[in-house]
Amino acid sequence: MQQPITLRSMHANQSGIIDSVSATGELGRRIRDMGLVPGTPVTIMGRAPLKDPVALKLRDFILTLRNNEADLIMVNVNESGEIRQ
Amino acid sequence: MNATLALMGNPNSGKTTLFNNLTGARQHVGNYPGITVEKREGRLKIEELDITVVDLPGTYSLTAYTQDELVARNFLIENNPDAVVTVLDATNLERSLYLVLQILELGTPVIVVLNMMDEVRRKGVSIDTTRLSALLGTPILEMVARTGEGREALLKEARKAMLEQRPARTELRISYGHDLDETLDAMQELIDSSNFLDGRYPSRWLGLKYLENDAEVLALGQSKPDVHARLREMTATLADHCRKTLNTEPESLIADYRYGFISGLLKDGVVTRPTTQARFDLTDKLDTVLTNRLAGPLLMFAIIYLMFELTFTLGEVPMGWVESFFGWLSEKASATLPEGLLSSLIVSGIIDGVGGVLGFTPLILIMFFFLSFLEDSGYMARMAYMLDRVFRIFGLHGCSVMPFIISGGIPGGCAVPGVMAARTLRSPKEKIATVLTAPFLSCGAKVPVFLLLAAAFFPGSGASALFWITLGGWVMALLSARILRSTVIKGEATPFVMELPPYRMPTLKGMCLHTWERVWQYIKKAGTVILAISILLWAAMTFPGPSEEQTARFEDQRATTQAMAWDSDEALEEALTGIDNAEAQEALRTSLAGMIGTALEPVSKPAGFDWRTNIALLGGFAAKEVIVSSLGTAYSLGEVDPEESVGLSEKLRSDPAWNVWVAVSLIAFVLLYAPCFVTVAVIGREIGWKWAAFSVGFNTVLAYGVSVTIYQVGMKL
Repeated sequence: MQQPITLRSMHANQSGIIDSVSATGELGRRIRDMGLVPGTPVTIMGRAPLKDPVALKLRDFILTLRNNEADLIMVNVNESGEIRQ
Repeated sequence: MNATLALMGNPNSGKTTLFNNLTGARQHVGNYPGITVEKREGRLKIEELDITVVDLPGTYSLTAYTQDELVARNFLIENNPDAVVTVLDATNLERSLYLVLQILELGTPVIVVLNMMDEVRRKGVSIDTTRLSALLGTPILEMVARTGEGREALLKEARKAMLEQRPARTELRISYGHDLDETLDAMQELIDSSNFLDGRYPSRWLGLKYLENDAEVLALGQSKPDVHARLREMTATLADHCRKTLNTEPESLIADYRYGFISGLLKDGVVTRPTTQARFDLTDKLDTVLTNRLAGPLLMFAIIYLMFELTFTLGEVPMGWVESFFGWLSEKASATLPEGLLSSLIVSGIIDGVGGVLGFTPLILIMFFFLSFLEDSGYMARMAYMLDRVFRIFGLHGCSVMPFIISGGIPGGCAVPGVMAARTLRSPKEKIATVLTAPFLSCGAKVPVFLLLAAAFFPGSGASALFWITLGGWVMALLSARILRSTVIKGEATPFVMELPPYRMPTLKGMCLHTWERVWQYIKKAGTVILAISILLWAAMTFPGPSEEQTARFEDQRATTQAMAWDSDEALEEALTGIDNAEAQEALRTSLAGMIGTALEPVSKPAGFDWRTNIALLGGFAAKEVIVSSLGTAYSLGEVDPEESVGLSEKLRSDPAWNVWVAVSLIAFVLLYAPCFVTVAVIGREIGWKWAAFSVGFNTVLAYGVSVTIYQVGMKL
């Protein structure tokens, strides 16, 4: 098993499973309400034209986060890293 | 029998589509008292039941995190509706159930509607609703709100829920793991035994809210300080324990367990997915183009430009009809009514004033129709996504796009709903900056002024002039936002956690209702505020009027002129008209508005405005629509030849006081100066009266500075 990496460092079309979310307060609550909790599979859909925010697919919908928010989410990426959920 | 039915659900779950389907046009949009969350109500009859349907704001959760969530939550607790229907996007079950769980934990019986079942079927997914219904302990119905499929079953179920004896409150109990459960049990015991908050809330739910540090519940709890302190203590002990053993907060654990509970619900064949899932669905395909790094922004600007080109091309025809109708009306009125004050009030005050405003109804109608399409189709969220990086540079948020666009980022908007739309912004600082700068954009009421001036001084290039003015509005809004965010409202950026909803073809009915709602608000404004202001302005432009001596002098002049020998009747007519004009001019100059306008002339001269423009601008503070109508009134009062109906823009072009630089300076001033008083009132309500006053002062000073610069530099060229 590889070390978890930040959501920010994932590239487009890469998939993984959320390992931990270290966001607290308002941001943390918002992130969790949207279903970004440990154990959730996510796939990076792409990034906005200016590379930020990032769009990701989880639980059958698309969510967008800013890169500095994505820094707080650690993901275990698949070995192949290219499989969509 | 009367009953209340509340609709709840995530944003984009099709809740409003269902609401429209149930109530049709019998709906009413207002505000919850004291706050600007929209309150949407409609009527529905099911057999003997006369039902008020309340469309609660779309939320993802029931925390005290946003006003929308609070309104929804408090409505459930305080109004205790006879039936609650929760609308779920069935293609997105897990996250939708997260909200359902929270409603069930609150002990509110719900009817769960699985909406968009057509999409679910198309994807080859099957949902065992009978089983899910048994697991959740609530009725679950399948529906397609846009076609009305499943409507009858829902009505039957709702009727049943309303007529049946309400079962004693039974809350859903989710296990939150050993540590939390233990604390929750202890809290529950304490709350029950002390009759904390008079038993108005389920005790376990209150415990959960303490663990979640819910601001609203904590504030309520302070009314009983001893129990409150005990509960806080228990929370602190648990939080400490969680931090030590699990390196996490109780709040995070609660969300984890809720999602865990949902995963438990959905496994074991409740949801069956096809083994070979299509690699891309329609939304993914569209997004590869529409949010593409290069194509995305280009398409976005193309869509915005196309939208207003279309609006103006399509709007021109019905606008002409409305204008000629009011022209006909004022002709009829002046022909029937005896000349005098009454005729002047009705023709120059009421018909011209209100007609000028209503003339733009077709434009606003088409514009809102397109806006509804962008909003309902899911594209508006993509605009926020693509523009967030840019907006952040100026200290704003991607979500500032909506208030900006609605305020007139695409001309034809209105700052009133625009400012209201800013409440979706989570951070007070970004919200204040958005609210203060959104009025710089070209709202629908400013557009007529721009079109008038463009027609007069840039003939034939109305659309491109408007394009540049709109761009100018954006530049000024963004630059001033940056200035404000680094001076008076400094602070960190807020989270950008936003859903990109799937692309969906909006329903025609929904779009029409949406459009009609906003157009009706505009028409109502014309019928009430603007009518009153038109009359006030007319009065201000008529009274006190010239002195008797002055009137007598004009009479003398007329008598002398008529006594003279003239070559032809036409020459005499011409001379008399000249005197009439001079008298009318004098009448306006000696009116209250004329006096104020004249008094302000030394101040406005550096920007190129004479007293007549000043009158119009003063009126524009009441409502921007008034600028054109009062300019019209000012000029038509100064020219009483009924045979000659030169358009206002013709008049401006031929007036020696006007030139291109006056026009540009006035455009800039109208774009930037104080928002109309309705907007100021909304700003006051949204972010406080101090800021409302600030916006009046700041905007006017800024507008004046820009206009003076334009005029002075322009005249030197």
